[in-house]
Amino acid sequence: MRELIEHVFLPAFDSAALSARHDGAVVRLGGASLAFTTDTYVVHPRFFPGGDIGKLSVYGTVNDLAMTGARPAYLSAGFIVEEGLPIGELQQIALSMRAAADACGVEFVTGDTKVVDRGKGDGLFINTAGIGLVPEGVAIAPRRVRPGDAVLVSGDVGRHGIAVLSVREALAFEEPVESDCAPVAELAAALISSGIDVHCLRDPTRGGLAAVLNEIALDAGVHVEVEEAQIPMEPAVLGACELLGLDPLYVACEGRLVAFLPEAQTERALASLRDHPLGRGAARIGRIAGEGKGSVVLRTRLGTRRTLDLLSGEQLPRIC
Amino acid sequence: MPRLALRVYGIVQGVGFRPFVYRRASALGLGGWVRNRPGGVEIEVQGPERSLHAFVAGLTREPSAPARVERIEIERRAEQDAGPFQILGSEAGNGARPSVPADLAVCEECAREVDSETGRRRRYPFTSCARCGPRYTILSGLPYDRARTTMDRFPMCPACAAEYADPSDRRFHAEPIACPACGPRVQLVAAARDPMDPGIRSSGSPDGALREAAAAVLAGKVVAVKGLGGFHLLVDATSPDAVALLRRRKRRDAKPFAVMFGSLDAVRGACRVSAAEADALRGPEAPIVLLRRLSPAAARVAIADAVAPGTPRLGALLPYTPLHRLVLELVGRPVVCTSGNLSDEPICTDASDALERLGGIADLFLVHDRPIVRPLDDSVARVGHAGVELLRRARGFTPLPLPLRIDAPPILALGGHLKSTTALFFDGQVVVSQHLGDAHTAEGAALIERTALDLTRLFRVRPERIACDLHPDYAGSRIAEQLAAAFRAPLVRVQHHHAHVAACVAEHGLDGPVLGLAWDGAGYGLDGALWGGEALVVDGASFRRAAHLRSFPLPGGERAMREPRRSALGLLWELLGEGARDHARAWFRDAELGPLFSMLARGTGSPRTTSVGRLFDGVAALAGLRGAASFEGQAAMELECLAEAAGERAGYPLPLRASAAGMPAVIDFGPLLDAVLGDRRDGVSPGVIAARFHAALADVAEALAAASGLGRVVLAGGCFQNALLAASIRERLTARGVEVFTPRLYPPGDGGLSLGQVLVAARRGTD
Ligand SMILES: [Fe+3]
Ligand SMILES: [Mg+2]
Ligand SMILES: [Zn+2]
Ligand SMILES: [Zn+2]
Repeated sequence: MRELIEHVFLPAFDSAALSARHDGAVVRLGGASLAFTTDTYVVHPRFFPGGDIGKLSVYGTVNDLAMTGARPAYLSAGFIVEEGLPIGELQQIALSMRAAADACGVEFVTGDTKVVDRGKGDGLFINTAGIGLVPEGVAIAPRRVRPGDAVLVSGDVGRHGIAVLSVREALAFEEPVESDCAPVAELAAALISSGIDVHCLRDPTRGGLAAVLNEIALDAGVHVEVEEAQIPMEPAVLGACELLGLDPLYVACEGRLVAFLPEAQTERALASLRDHPLGRGAARIGRIAGEGKGSVVLRTRLGTRRTLDLLSGEQLPRIC
Repeated sequence: MPRLALRVYGIVQGVGFRPFVYRRASALGLGGWVRNRPGGVEIEVQGPERSLHAFVAGLTREPSAPARVERIEIERRAEQDAGPFQILGSEAGNGARPSVPADLAVCEECAREVDSETGRRRRYPFTSCARCGPRYTILSGLPYDRARTTMDRFPMCPACAAEYADPSDRRFHAEPIACPACGPRVQLVAAARDPMDPGIRSSGSPDGALREAAAAVLAGKVVAVKGLGGFHLLVDATSPDAVALLRRRKRRDAKPFAVMFGSLDAVRGACRVSAAEADALRGPEAPIVLLRRLSPAAARVAIADAVAPGTPRLGALLPYTPLHRLVLELVGRPVVCTSGNLSDEPICTDASDALERLGGIADLFLVHDRPIVRPLDDSVARVGHAGVELLRRARGFTPLPLPLRIDAPPILALGGHLKSTTALFFDGQVVVSQHLGDAHTAEGAALIERTALDLTRLFRVRPERIACDLHPDYAGSRIAEQLAAAFRAPLVRVQHHHAHVAACVAEHGLDGPVLGLAWDGAGYGLDGALWGGEALVVDGASFRRAAHLRSFPLPGGERAMREPRRSALGLLWELLGEGARDHARAWFRDAELGPLFSMLARGTGSPRTTSVGRLFDGVAALAGLRGAASFEGQAAMELECLAEAAGERAGYPLPLRASAAGMPAVIDFGPLLDAVLGDRRDGVSPGVIAARFHAALADVAEALAAASGLGRVVLAGGCFQNALLAASIRERLTARGVEVFTPRLYPPGDGGLSLGQVLVAARRGTD
């Protein structure tokens, strides 16, 4: 997907905001800094432990806005509904979206609905776009990440991917896993307003923590080192990953943020994150170890150093 | 008087060949000269016809241990004024490429000097001469002379300088020449494990350091020793506690350790050693040789069981540097000698790096101040049907080239992901790098790139093609992509099993089509599936998949490498579907079975494979051997040992089934699994099951050969580390008049991939 963006869309749509490689764009409009983002949701199944596609479509976009340092304000919603989707289900999803929007203090202000013939859609696609206001003086961007920064994560990783997979593939794990699906805007706002010089924020979604670290390493031209033992993970997630043969660091989250900030402010930042219910499990997981060409290295519990590559597609075994 | 000009090719540089020529010519009263030239040695000799004859004859006969003459070109020349025979300086700069010598085990003469009670090199750990000592590990550039080695920091004392300059001396132009007055020194350093300890302490005189290190080994401690190509970890091999301590600290459960013995006689106290095995142990390459252990009753020394659990074999080696000789002599018993690394990382070469990385493993560090330019592990060999067969190719063999008579531009091949090597082709030869280890560690991946570039710099070759595996996520493939861009060279991606077969084809210099049985753990197939039980008709740059093992799912993918029970489950699922559940209870808890069967039913996290390696694992688990393995191939190794002990048996049914036209035939494991399950029910022993399984594979190899109609079969891939499997297939096919080729000096496993990639990439332009 990164290739598609790199080779098809970036060249075609070339703009300063796009090349900043943010989760959302920050643009100037009438003297204000606005954050603007959009995302399309195709999750299967539509209902999963800890959430549903509606909730996800709100939190996902709100989180992307929050990762630019913005206070999310307004959302749009676009629906592509496949003929035959039970109306009750759609209602339930709509209500869930409303509740999610209320929870983050954002409002739906516009929308669109298309119905496609049976077989022409996957039940339901939702697109949401959102805008928010970036407070004066806030500058959060991948290019600000520099050697000496600490890397923090707001909680345990890998839940969402496992929760969705367990329902979709009917995997009745010994200990059920709930998605971490949640809005992290308040967490981000608290961090920023506490006066910490946050260099960059990212919410690890598809591709998990490993993908976020790789993106930042590449876009900021740095070398990232993280400690396996410091990365919060739930035993249930670990157990499921072990059975599936997955690496939890590559499994999606939907309610976590990764923060890059000066090492000296680590303790204050952790305190600020842990103050909030969604940041209780916050931890410092590593640091920006130097300039680099985008490498990410994990120090394992054995003390060896493993490269966290961006893998092509599914995790293809490399054993022989 | 007649005069001859000779050009000598082979291993003739860095091995004391010129002094040897000098002594021969002088003894025969011949005039003329000798000098190194790129790619060989050039000689002109003048004298009576009969003496010239004797001279040439003497060259072709084994000249002196490490040297090897492959070819001599001779021309007549006009008579000249000839004074006494001379050694001239190297001919430089005519554009041709120099050769690089391999590191050589301490020779007998140097060993005698070290052992003697007198003489200036008595007990000196860095004694070497023109025929032995470090080469590739100390070389920073070419041509090979002292200024371009890490010996440049040790100015020669007058005594050494005199030997170095004297053509009649054994140390004439011996680049690593040294003595206690001017050369490297050892030092003992203690690792501070106590956080209150201020750090690192050093102790004593060089000889005191050796004694203290030896005493520590005898006291059950772990001692890290900086040797030729990196650090080793030593513990007393006769002490179960010491071996257990090493395993605990190194977090290595069961993978066998090698043992260094003080002498060949000492090896014989623990293992059976054939004449050929003795030669391999004592040769200048001095690899680790896999030997058969004596029964406890017959053994003179009790090697702790934990050294090599679950196998009747033991990897033995002899001290190959004076330093190792001295330590072994002082310890007086065999020591475990394993690479100084954290699991799967490259071997440590630098003292400060070793102190950091091995600080939690070793109690003491015996270090020295001669820098190591590149890491070099011990080679691992066994003596098989046709002599020495390398399972790991490194010290003593790297970087000796393999001639490859193909007209192609320079090619750099990046190999695979595990047990990796890289290779460089230029001027009709391939140089394959030393074993580099596993690339899933950052250090391992970095070492692959560093070594690839090192080869191009050392031989001054700019690659015009880059070759790598098809797997997009192999470290080698990623590095290859970057290097292809950097060198602006086209990238040739070579299918894994094609490369396995091609490596053996290259080694034996075969031409025309062969049937390649490429059986291994797994490699990326043309269809994106995990291949590993392939019968390929290989003809140069192209191949056709003639047959493969019936595919089965591998629940948990890569996890299956360490869990044979997953292979067993995948095989049974393929055969029995839900019916596999009852069998699977032997290996999994009920709570695990639910998700596992859902995964299998939907194909989630269960890539399909045709791997014979995983079939071995599955059969091992079914035979009741083990559900979990502490290293890849452990189950297969145990199965081999059991089969060997059980003796020959009739094979299980393993039919080769024809497919639709144009599709590969399929080796159907169904009847085999049925029969294994039946035997288990009947209480047949695991050994008999193992023997029948091996026989079935030999049967099917025979069927595959017959179906191909080809007279030449190549056996390649990691499964052929299994000596029993290779030998029984060889026997069957040879009886049918089929010629069988197996890897010899290049490993059958992924260490051979880079060589195979070179051949395919070279031929791809010409086919
Ligand atoms: Fe392989
Ligand atoms: Mg997004
Ligand atoms: Zn010598
Ligand atoms: Zn000296």
